[in-house]
Amino acid sequence: MRRVVFSPRWRVVCAWLFGAILCGIVIARTTFTTDLSAFLPTSPTREQQVLLDQLQSGVVSRLILIGIEGGDAPARAALSKQMAKLLRSDPAFVIINNGEPVHSQQDQAFLFQHRYLLSPAVTPERFTVAGLHAALGDTIDLIASPAGMLVKSLLPRDPTGEMVQLFEQMNAGNRPRQMHGAWSSRDGARAILLAQTRAAGFDTDGQQLAMAQIRHAFDAAVQQQNLAPASARLVMTGPGVFSVLSRQTIESEVTRLAIISTLIIVALLLMVYRSITALALGLLPVLSGALVGIVAVSLGFGLVHGITLGFGTTLIGEAVDYSIYLFVQSRQAGAGSAEQTRNWVTQFWPTIRLGVLTSIAGFASLLLSGFPGLAQLGLYSIAGLISAAAVTRFVLPHLLPADFRIRDVSALGAWLARTVHYAPLLRLPLIALALAACVLVFQHRATLWNAELSSLSPVSRADQMTDARLRADMGAPDVRYMVVVTGAEREAVLVAAEKVAQQLAPLVAQGALAAFESPTRYLPSRATQQARRASLPGSDLQQRVQQAAAGLPVRSEVFTPFLADVTAARQRPLLTRADLDGTSLALAVDSLLFQREGTWNAILPLTASAGSSDGMAVAPIRAALDAAGQPNALFVDLKAESDHLYAGYLREAILLSLGGLVGIILLLLWNLRSPRRVLRVLLPLAAAVAMVTAILVLSGQRLTILHLVGLLLVVAVGSNYALFFCGSRTDGADAGVILPQTLTSLVFANLTTVAGFGVLGFSQVPVLQAIGTTVGPGAVLALLLSAAFSIQQPQRPDRIEVE
Amino acid sequence: MTAGTCKKFFYAAVAHVALMLAALSPAMAATAQWDVDQLMHTLAKAHAGQATFVEKKYVAVLERPVESSGELSFTAPNRLEKKTLKPKPETMLVDGDLLVIERGRQKHRLQLQDYPELAGFIDSIRGTLAGDRKALERTFRLTLTGDAQRWILTLAPHDAGVAQSVQQVRIAGSRDNVRSIDILQTDGDRSSMTIERVTPQ
Repeated sequence: MRRVVFSPRWRVVCAWLFGAILCGIVIARTTFTTDLSAFLPTSPTREQQVLLDQLQSGVVSRLILIGIEGGDAPARAALSKQMAKLLRSDPAFVIINNGEPVHSQQDQAFLFQHRYLLSPAVTPERFTVAGLHAALGDTIDLIASPAGMLVKSLLPRDPTGEMVQLFEQMNAGNRPRQMHGAWSSRDGARAILLAQTRAAGFDTDGQQLAMAQIRHAFDAAVQQQNLAPASARLVMTGPGVFSVLSRQTIESEVTRLAIISTLIIVALLLMVYRSITALALGLLPVLSGALVGIVAVSLGFGLVHGITLGFGTTLIGEAVDYSIYLFVQSRQAGAGSAEQTRNWVTQFWPTIRLGVLTSIAGFASLLLSGFPGLAQLGLYSIAGLISAAAVTRFVLPHLLPADFRIRDVSALGAWLARTVHYAPLLRLPLIALALAACVLVFQHRATLWNAELSSLSPVSRADQMTDARLRADMGAPDVRYMVVVTGAEREAVLVAAEKVAQQLAPLVAQGALAAFESPTRYLPSRATQQARRASLPGSDLQQRVQQAAAGLPVRSEVFTPFLADVTAARQRPLLTRADLDGTSLALAVDSLLFQREGTWNAILPLTASAGSSDGMAVAPIRAALDAAGQPNALFVDLKAESDHLYAGYLREAILLSLGGLVGIILLLLWNLRSPRRVLRVLLPLAAAVAMVTAILVLSGQRLTILHLVGLLLVVAVGSNYALFFCGSRTDGADAGVILPQTLTSLVFANLTTVAGFGVLGFSQVPVLQAIGTTVGPGAVLALLLSAAFSIQQPQRPDRIEVE
Repeated sequence: MTAGTCKKFFYAAVAHVALMLAALSPAMAATAQWDVDQLMHTLAKAHAGQATFVEKKYVAVLERPVESSGELSFTAPNRLEKKTLKPKPETMLVDGDLLVIERGRQKHRLQLQDYPELAGFIDSIRGTLAGDRKALERTFRLTLTGDAQRWILTLAPHDAGVAQSVQQVRIAGSRDNVRSIDILQTDGDRSSMTIERVTPQ
């Protein structure tokens, strides 16, 4: 018994099992995520921090735009009102806005009562005789206009028109169209609502719950209206909705693709091996690689992103190669199983080891990326490949049964050898093609890369269109541009925000900006409030009004209520945040003025003027900020910032990949000790990369960072092929021939790779699709090119022995 | 958040526009027999018109009337633009169901159908221009005095929504030419607009 327990085989199996259990424990404790974290920088700049805050928990990230389609306009409006009523009582939502005047009475009462503290027009000059005369004149002019019916009732209490000032300030910008008492799209085809969730944008579970509540409210409203369920349709969009959809897509895609590619590979292997044992053993390195990969990422990053897992399915395609090499190649090595394995280890393992090292050199560069998603991929690949190769080398040979045999594939090998014999004939056409590909790629170098982060978004085009449509309907500020003011104290932040607002106001007047919002509109700084209150005259106001009214068609006695209101305003305490409670303005202030991690933030969202859909001129805004002289005020263009961030990742990834390439060259030089042979290995790979890139360009795709990863994988997988064809060893033994069994193993390996990655090409997740469409064709091309440029001629067909 | 006030504002605005519509109806006096049907028939032949206006408002809190002036243009069947030039530039446009008001940088758009009482009111005025007596009588009691040379059409609302703010509208004209529109409001304030046609048909 003792002898059996401590036999090398059992020791190895125990070690593997122990390792697998350890991995299982770590994985059970691992956090998996599908949120944006994979795309966020680990050490952000100030602008990027604003972007992250906004993405993760800003008001913007909490908005859900809701559309109701189908049915007729009155039915849609009724549904909108019914839904809004249900959702307003739901604690999952902070605001439900559908155009109904829910808060208007409280809002107006608040504005009217505090108009002298809120109106930007309140200055000492306005309450001089001349100022009053001008203000009264303006109000009387307004009475002459169609708006006069409203204004004339305000004249006795608000003759200087402060309410008009406040309205004009707040009504700036676009508002949705009203139909039957609720918001509708401009074309009238949809009712629209705007919901602000309590859950932050990064809380995907919370967002999913909010979406479910909205759907529930919609169904309930449809039922209450006695409508046929099919007659009305609900659409939703927004950052949170996108997160939820992304998660669903990634989860379902990863599961689906993993199952499909596993099935294909299993079928392929069964066809080749005709042995369940061989299949199970063949998948062992894959399983080990995937486990160790996840554990490495979990330990290294603290969490594992869904995208990384999706990538894991692709690793099946590469890791399965190792066992194929072992099983197929060792068949040709000799008589007994143990001896075969030993032969394989001496004859083939060095080549595979070099192939693995080459792949690792390529992926190691990704570890340095500031893009956490990419660094995770790098670590996952390295750990996965090392484990898969190590299990193949050190565990599998011990597990092979004494009578282990796979199906005889030598006939196929012979056929392949005959075919490959003619492969060099393809050299010239392939060289021509590769050169053409290089020229094509060079011609498209300016538009080769897609520098927009949205190119990675897993959200479908249809959903993106819905988003654009609803946003246009809402006439909502696209919340792309904002000024962010930070500080230690709320008051300091408000003061700074006012200085910024002062500089921005002229831009609105000039039309450089359509509008901007500021928390100081509803809650001015104490300093400003004090100044405004101090502008109000005391006992001599009556006298001033009398003089000011001279020459105007109005008797000064009319203004007695005005005198009383001003006197009251002079004695009222300054406004605080608590005074806003019960109005919709409280929510506006809270979303624009908040404290995070001890720092106060004021957000001033800017609305670009109409016609500047493709970005607005930022120079005037930067100039205005400079003029405001607030070092803590920062202008942020969220889209530019995110694109900038991604472009940075892309640039970095390209540089790192080039670094990886240098690493591969050095590794090969050290191992092959011949620049010529290194060139022989690299040339087919370079040609494959050029051709795949050209294919992508021709199919109208612009490359993203994931295509780059795909190209790295082509090099990683292809290096095995090239090395086998060129011979890795320096001693010259066996140089000049490639065995039919080796050829067969390469073709099988290639087929599994194409199956594993090719399936990804059909994914809806751009990230996975990019890898699939790159590696699938790339692997085939790498094999073909390696064969064509091989310096080792296969054994001549007539010399092949058939068993 | 300011919907209530805005609503009042728009009621006022829409009421005005509605009355403008009436002013621009070129009419034609042809026969000796002069009654509402004849007037409707004459007004219905209008297609387009340009005019200048001067409007005086008599408001209780003001000692003297305030005056505004500008241009009016009408295109059949239902597009009317009122451009106020003095004392402050302002544009008001009704086109079908859409009302757009621009003053300074402010631009408001709204749908007449959201304001049923106003929509009825406007449709009635359009009824006048279209010569649609039935539509008019849905909202107003019509009284016509004078002759083709000098007629006065008085509209007294019997629709509750309109009657809330307007007591009476008096449109005066000569043959096909609308000369003035006087509006008496329920609170006693009134406005009086005189109209000068620029491009006779």
